[in-house]
Amino acid sequence: MRAGRSGGRLAGMSRTYADLPGLMTMMTGDEKHGPSATSTLDVLWVLYDRVLRVSPDRPDDPGRDRFLLSKGHGPAAYYAVLAAKGFIPESWLAGFGSAGSRLGYHPDRNLIPGVEIASGSLGHGLPLGVGVASGLLARGLLDPRVFVLVGDAELDEGSNSEAVVYAGAAGLPNLVVVAVDNESSSYGWGPGGIEAHFAVAGWSAARVSGRDHAALATALGAGPDGRPRLVVAAVERRESW
Amino acid sequence: MSDMRMVFASAASSLLDSDPLAAVVLAEISADLFAKAAARHPERVLNVGIREQLMVSVAGGLALAGLRPIAHSYAPFLVERAFEQVKLDLAHQEARAVLVSVGASYDAARSGRTHQAPEDVALLDTVPGFAIQVPGHPAEVPDLLRGAVAALGSRSTYLRLSTETNRSALPLSPGLQVVRPGRAAVVVAVGPMLSPVLDAVSDLDVTVAYTTAVRPFDAEGLRSLASGCADTVVLVEPYLAGTSAFAASSALVGRAFRLLSLGVGRIEPRRYGTPADHAALHGLDAAGIRRSVTEFLGLS
Repeated sequence: MRAGRSGGRLAGMSRTYADLPGLMTMMTGDEKHGPSATSTLDVLWVLYDRVLRVSPDRPDDPGRDRFLLSKGHGPAAYYAVLAAKGFIPESWLAGFGSAGSRLGYHPDRNLIPGVEIASGSLGHGLPLGVGVASGLLARGLLDPRVFVLVGDAELDEGSNSEAVVYAGAAGLPNLVVVAVDNESSSYGWGPGGIEAHFAVAGWSAARVSGRDHAALATALGAGPDGRPRLVVAAVERRESW
Repeated sequence: MSDMRMVFASAASSLLDSDPLAAVVLAEISADLFAKAAARHPERVLNVGIREQLMVSVAGGLALAGLRPIAHSYAPFLVERAFEQVKLDLAHQEARAVLVSVGASYDAARSGRTHQAPEDVALLDTVPGFAIQVPGHPAEVPDLLRGAVAALGSRSTYLRLSTETNRSALPLSPGLQVVRPGRAAVVVAVGPMLSPVLDAVSDLDVTVAYTTAVRPFDAEGLRSLASGCADTVVLVEPYLAGTSAFAASSALVGRAFRLLSLGVGRIEPRRYGTPADHAALHGLDAAGIRRSVTEFLGLS
């Protein structure tokens, strides 16, 4: 596993995983959170707490890891983690979605420090991530990695298929896709699951529980093996749209 | 003489040599023209296969990683097929790129509708932050490309290449440049429309102004030229008729102006043939332009 944790919390603050529901409630005003917001909560926490080498003090560091939230839906968990890790002030959370807020129902990189892409329309984050990963290599920045979070139903979008095949053929060693799988794709991915489709394109692939922090940290933090990597994070089945 | 595409590939290859942050993204089209550059710079010449959505997204990602990307394909595949990628993965991200198309409105007349994109400029004009350049001669292409790459700090550029060319190149200007003066109207010829326009109006008392720079539109230049021409304006554009009508209208707001917009018609011809056949069909050959202009000016 790679060393390095995100540092740089706001002065006097040290938030933990247990604080996240409270931070999310500041946005929604509701103790109960929608499934699209909570399906990603553990993955996001593990990424920011244990895996990503990013710091709110140096959001433009060329050597930072990049995290691209492709599935921009239900971003409350994302904003809660960004606040807990000091990228945005907690005071921003209360205005979530209002005209004066920087935090919308889909995130915008031009409004939020530490957010690498604006997302919302599905199927854009992974193709963009292929470009970012290629660009880092072209600049000789061989250390930083590009993590892209997608949803299993988001993979319905054909643009992802273009990216999966090309990234596998190009052998991008610095690209990691985290697919949060709540079985919300109407037609699914067959007996082999999502990972079979990536594996046939030349990716290494693993499936772990999307609620198991240790397993997520191990799978996401695994060192490069010369291929792009897929981690399927399995969570509870989504009941309905 | 090399055509615009050949000149572009040569100029882009030189940029790859001189600028360590320049990159080219292809979707098979013209990959053969970049084979030598790709051998020299394999990490900065990316052919993603026949995947135009990915081509534009990768250009966006390269820009986010600090590179200066050039993406290139046929106009319908670059602009129309991948339009949401242009809108979101470039413009919305503020990830800037130079998009270079070939094919224009009907260069590929024999190939039929699938390879023709007279709507490309109008469509791209809906995206904030894009400059649009339409060269009229291969010799104009290298400077336009270098200028577009140099401007990536502030804006993206769409560079629209064509096999249709004027008889000679003109020095580049950011706005309208007068090719010949007159009084009854100002006729604005965009890119490769200049030679047919000059042929069409050779004996008419009109100003002919040339430009490659469609956006930003030279509003001040048009106001100035129209003042000396009875506020009578003819736009001759090698893509969808009326594409720049709103820009001209905005430039002349508050004046009692007259405007004629010539360009490719909103029709589905279902005809093959040559670019010249299609120019005649849309009234964009010298005879057609002359017919429209003399009628508009009450001379016929």
